[in-house]
Amino acid sequence: MEKTYLQSILQITEEGYLTDFTQWTKEIAQEIAKEQEIEMTDKHWEVIDYIHDKYKKEEPLSIRGIKKSGVINIKEFYQLFPGGPLKKATLIAGIPKPKSCI
Amino acid sequence: MKNLLILGAGTSGTMMANHLINKLPKEEWKITIVDQYKTHYYQPGFLFLPFDIYTTKQVKKDGKKFIPKGVDYIQKRIEFILSDKNTVTFEDATSLTYDILIVATGTKIAPSETEGMDGPMWHKNIFDFYTYEGAKALRNKLREWQGGKLVIHITEMPIKCPVAPLEFAFLADSFFRNKGMRDKVDITFVTPLDGAFTKPKATKALHYLLEEKGIKEVTDFNIERVDYENNKIIDYADTEVKYDLLVTVPTNMGDALIERSGLGDDLNYIPTNKTTLQTIDNENIFAIGDCTNLPASKAGSVAHFEAEILTENILRYIDGKELKEEFDGHANCFIETGNGKALLIDFNYTQEPVEGTFPFPGVGPLSLLKESRTNHMGKMAFRWIYWNMLIKGVHIPFVSATMSKKGKKLDS
Repeated sequence: MEKTYLQSILQITEEGYLTDFTQWTKEIAQEIAKEQEIEMTDKHWEVIDYIHDKYKKEEPLSIRGIKKSGVINIKEFYQLFPGGPLKKATLIAGIPKPKSCI
Repeated sequence: MKNLLILGAGTSGTMMANHLINKLPKEEWKITIVDQYKTHYYQPGFLFLPFDIYTTKQVKKDGKKFIPKGVDYIQKRIEFILSDKNTVTFEDATSLTYDILIVATGTKIAPSETEGMDGPMWHKNIFDFYTYEGAKALRNKLREWQGGKLVIHITEMPIKCPVAPLEFAFLADSFFRNKGMRDKVDITFVTPLDGAFTKPKATKALHYLLEEKGIKEVTDFNIERVDYENNKIIDYADTEVKYDLLVTVPTNMGDALIERSGLGDDLNYIPTNKTTLQTIDNENIFAIGDCTNLPASKAGSVAHFEAEILTENILRYIDGKELKEEFDGHANCFIETGNGKALLIDFNYTQEPVEGTFPFPGVGPLSLLKESRTNHMGKMAFRWIYWNMLIKGVHIPFVSATMSKKGKKLDS
């Protein structure tokens, strides 16, 4: 599927996740966040940076990882990205959602 | 004489011993394998043990039988891997040096990572089925259980055999139907992911299974603790799920040896090159199977494919040649769906499971991502293949180490 954010055409999955991380920009992330009714703050960006770091190292994302990250505690993580924080944070970060093999 | 040392005589370690004994010149290389336990378990059988489909005898054998002649088999607990000294030390203060080390120490459940999980109700109404003890205790429970709320739960990813919890749910449905008590059992599948199925093609092709079997889903559930006094699991968003019988897959972690030796990530998995299987930090240490941090499934089939490629890379390393960047994350897994049927999936790092035929295009006899009785027969035959071919390092005909696109229905 395709979707236009800020005049650029992006490839996305049916659930709205970017399929090509190189198309991601901070401005696009801001637009995706808006759709999720999330106002991005410095704390949000810190979490996004952490998630990008894990993604580049191909390390799995988990709530435990967030707990040990030193970036944020779990309660805050839920407050920043209400209703499925990993799902929403990865959507905004422009990377695939955490998944299993099927 | 040079030393090649293998740590762990499970699926991966045993396969590597069998591969290498025929490949390394005996006058130059001595191969040693270490494992503290005597028993080799057929781990895929732990799924069937709780439902009395397999007996305890069918899932365990004496490990020594599968270690080839000419390989030294040491049964000791390993204390440390001292990678800067190319030495492994044992509990009795003895040690061995190595020229090449292959780590195959697997992954374990760590229920103590979740508050309240392995408390007083552990193996009373909270069970795992990823250990022999857990699967057997659960079998005894299911034999007499009168029904109620059965919750099948995944604590966090990654886990060994990611499809096993789903298979457990499907088999539980069949089990209670056959017992004539399905109406007395409520089955709920609780996952930290956003669905029991998480990939687009699999969700489309298979979601009907949950509906057909009346299995409820609770998604995005990140467990904070088990309230074993009130029989409920609670997540960080304060969502509660009540249970009468909790079958959980606890956090999976690599062996504590990896942590003690300073070789692992925060789940004790060893950072490993995902195409060559050489560890990132030490060029003479290789890792295979569940102990690595590879973004592949932790499954026996993956270890089997890895073993073929690692064998070649060990030989290349010895000859001073460049390693082959060949491993593609290939996995091939049967998924029991109950009522004598099963699915088959074949995929790798980049290719999600799709429909098709396997291993012969258009012929099969196995069908991909689709229920069939033949697939179930394949899964049942696999136990024989495991004991007689797989861990002995015998190549399984027509199934290549890297994934083949032949027979798969691909979009482009």
